Amino acid sequence: MDWLRQFLQRFYSFFRSAQLDRELEAEMSAHLQFATEENLQRGMSLAEARRQALVQFGGPQQSKEQHREARGFPFLESLLQDLRFALRVLRKSPGFTAVAILTLMLGIGVNTALFTIVHGVLLNPLPFPRPDLLVSLWEENVIDAFAYNPVSGGVFADWQKEARSFEQMALIGEDTANLSGDGGALPESIGIRQCSYNLFLLLGVQPARGRFFTQEDDRPGAMPTTVLTNGLWKRRYGSDPSIVGNTILLDGQKFAVIGVLPKWFDYPDKRVQLWVPVRLVVSETDMQNRGNHRFFVTARLKDGISVAQASSELDEIQERNHAQFPNELMGKNARALLLSENLVRDVKQSLYLLMGAVLCVLLIACLNVANLLMARATARRREIAVRSALGGSRWRIVQEQVTESLLLTLAGGAFGAFLAWITLRWLLSLQENLPRADSIHVDGTALGFTLAVTVFCGVFAGLLPAVAATRNELFGSLKEDSRTTSGGRSRARLRKVLLTAEVALSVVLLIGGGLLLRSFTQLRSVNLGCRTDKVLTMGFTLPESRYATEVRRAEFFAELLRRARAVPGVSHASIVSVLPGAGHFVDNTFDIEGAPPLAPGQFRNAVIRGADPDYFVAMHIPLKRGRIYSEADHRAVDDNGMVITESMAKEFFPGENPIGKRLAIDWERKPRFEIVGVVGDVLSKLDSPPEPTLYLPLNSGRLEYGSLVVMTDSGHDVTALALPLQKQIAAIDPDLAVSDVLTMGERIGNSTEPAKFDAVLVLLFAVLGLVLAAVGLYGLLSYLVTERTNEIGLRMALGAQRFEVTRMLLLEGLQPTATGLALGVFGGGICAQLIRGLLFGVRPLEVSIFAAVAMVVLMVAGAACAYPAWRAARVDPMTALRYE
Amino acid sequence: MSHSKLDLLQGTLDLMVLQTLAAMGSMHGYGIARRIEQVSGDAVLLNQGTIYASLVRLQQRGWISAEWGTSSNNRRAKFYSITKRGRKQLSEDAAYWQRLTGVMGRVLALQEGAGDE
Repeated sequence: MDWLRQFLQRFYSFFRSAQLDRELEAEMSAHLQFATEENLQRGMSLAEARRQALVQFGGPQQSKEQHREARGFPFLESLLQDLRFALRVLRKSPGFTAVAILTLMLGIGVNTALFTIVHGVLLNPLPFPRPDLLVSLWEENVIDAFAYNPVSGGVFADWQKEARSFEQMALIGEDTANLSGDGGALPESIGIRQCSYNLFLLLGVQPARGRFFTQEDDRPGAMPTTVLTNGLWKRRYGSDPSIVGNTILLDGQKFAVIGVLPKWFDYPDKRVQLWVPVRLVVSETDMQNRGNHRFFVTARLKDGISVAQASSELDEIQERNHAQFPNELMGKNARALLLSENLVRDVKQSLYLLMGAVLCVLLIACLNVANLLMARATARRREIAVRSALGGSRWRIVQEQVTESLLLTLAGGAFGAFLAWITLRWLLSLQENLPRADSIHVDGTALGFTLAVTVFCGVFAGLLPAVAATRNELFGSLKEDSRTTSGGRSRARLRKVLLTAEVALSVVLLIGGGLLLRSFTQLRSVNLGCRTDKVLTMGFTLPESRYATEVRRAEFFAELLRRARAVPGVSHASIVSVLPGAGHFVDNTFDIEGAPPLAPGQFRNAVIRGADPDYFVAMHIPLKRGRIYSEADHRAVDDNGMVITESMAKEFFPGENPIGKRLAIDWERKPRFEIVGVVGDVLSKLDSPPEPTLYLPLNSGRLEYGSLVVMTDSGHDVTALALPLQKQIAAIDPDLAVSDVLTMGERIGNSTEPAKFDAVLVLLFAVLGLVLAAVGLYGLLSYLVTERTNEIGLRMALGAQRFEVTRMLLLEGLQPTATGLALGVFGGGICAQLIRGLLFGVRPLEVSIFAAVAMVVLMVAGAACAYPAWRAARVDPMTALRYE
Repeated sequence: MSHSKLDLLQGTLDLMVLQTLAAMGSMHGYGIARRIEQVSGDAVLLNQGTIYASLVRLQQRGWISAEWGTSSNNRRAKFYSITKRGRKQLSEDAAYWQRLTGVMGRVLALQEGAGDE
């Protein structure tokens, strides 16, 4: 109870401070009177009696201070006092306050935004029970040793039989389908996934409606069933609960809807619209095939088994089976990867890069505010010295400065949180394909982060100048009169150190941004090897139910080409299975007739494309040798001609003429296709060298998906063709959906979007950092000029030329710039090595970029220093010497 | 006026004030300070001003009470007197101090003896 009583007393005293002070004052004056009287009785003179009384009493101010501390809340009192003081000071210099708050707002805002993304995407656990046991399993590609090759059905069956580390494993297969046939809604092409029945069970999800698949559903010949994602259910069926139990048409086939997934479920990404059982749609032979790599495997570890243990067990199994079946196209190695890691494999590096960049910005912002505060502390150094002399404790003065900077950062943090919210929306709109984007929210953790960063900034920016200001300078500052010429040198030195750090960080950012920008422009200027302007593309997939035979498909292709070419404005129309730049997509092994057989485990392998003969002319893909396969009859399905690319000729027919060679492709026992021509290379990915590729005639290529490409002549807008073409497709098959109606330019733009995202952001941050550093430089030099007006006047009176004065000050300002530049170039070199995985077509130590950055920094620094230096030269010696 | 000295004195000063008030009845701040100086034979170098922090502390704990009154030479001053709770606290603290000094004395004597052997 005692503490409560005391607390109440202190609380009471706290609010009666003024009255208690008056009482104490009266009590103390009575005390001194008593003492003086007693001393007088001892026979002292009045003056001596007074003096002795005061000496015995000790410092009256300190006594009062002790009294206040004993009776109230000393910490709170000084805090309030500091706050009042800080508010007054900040109000008195609105320019300084605005700059500081703005700086901090930027630093804190972008950090909070980026942290929110990193937290949502990389740090937040997956929304499944025991996510630490969920793994993704991968087979290594036997041909190019790519570590994350999809798994074939046969290999999956092997793993399921032999591996002991896993509680269960599930398959996921990718596909697209035409969704149609419900009450007049337009057909649409949607992304679907096939899965083994246990996937949802394995992940630990409960259905929002209905039920999930059972083993009964997941077998050949079962009644077709499907589970909808919540997004599709809401979008297409208006969240109608009665859809469960009804049927929908997928590629013209009836599927019973048995369940709906919960809203939060967006695994593996949010483009997936619905799920079907894998064994229902994939034939049993394909499920046993070891060479057809088409599935993604998700598994749950047994509790207590580590990812590394599972990974090595899997690897052993794979190695054993590979040795047992050397002629199967399967990987030698395999691995397990934590599911959460797997989802963010592609974006991790980029996110950490951006997080690093914004941390640099934050550091620069802090340094800048510290710098500004230091300038202010300098102006107040005599006040501080006087206060120290009068008994103000050093801690108290430091506390006051930290309060002031905390006030600034809190304001900056508040605005920063708002900025973060805006930035976040902007960033997310730029980066649409970010995995797990739905788990990104400005939540408690993010705000906690903001607060932590804010307090860190406040303490950092306040402590540095405060400690410097109170360090051993009591006598120095008191003695320092207005005529001094060396005043504040050490403080200027500290400010230079801060500026050096700022410049160095900006340089690192600039170098990173420069390298990324160059990568991006390199990527954009990559020559795909074909025409890209005035080309419109649209994708389609022919459902097997209605286009089961090659003849049936050939009819569709011929009809589509005929109609497309008749559309006014179309100069060329062609069909190709996979567009240039759209990715690797599909490759096959093949044998060359008459060539010596390869050793077991060795394969001849090439990317495979189907195209109509007109495609090469239309897309400006040059014919290097021979001819294109026949154009005679579009409906023929037995054209055996084939065209290969230059890189394929180089790899498989070095020093030979490939024309006339015959190949047996994968699915054929006997050689069938004959090479009739060689064409130029086309890139399947912008950032990879051309892959050996072979083109088969449209109708012979077992093609059930493809893209229509149409070109127009100059003077026409190619996008205007989209609608008439879609109408033509609908006229052929009203249930066939068209996807991704995009120009080639848009496709390239989309594929370089992530690179652009990184480059633009890092450069933006770099410019931000540079501006802050320039402001700091300007401030420092202005300060030096004011500080040294006297000295400058003296120099000029003694005959120094104006240009010499200017040069002296310029050098003063450029010295931290030069040091910072050197450090920054060094740091930038290291960072460039760290981000080399994100670079394309540019060496990490690209001299031209480093040189450009150095130029820019020197120019900006020069500009920032020019005005103060020029002003120094305008100093009138007479005024300067009189200057106080 | 170094801090270490004040810190050292703090607990002790409170006890001295309580004891003085218990022995002398109602007194003002100066009287208490002088009394302590006299009793200690001026061995305690007291900044008289520090007595007021001690007084407010004791008052807040409810061990002493204060009221304004008039001194013998007709001057207004604040007079402090010990309360019932204060007396109880004083007897506890005094016993504690005596035990402590007793123990300290024995311990120190023991150490000197050990050094001699």
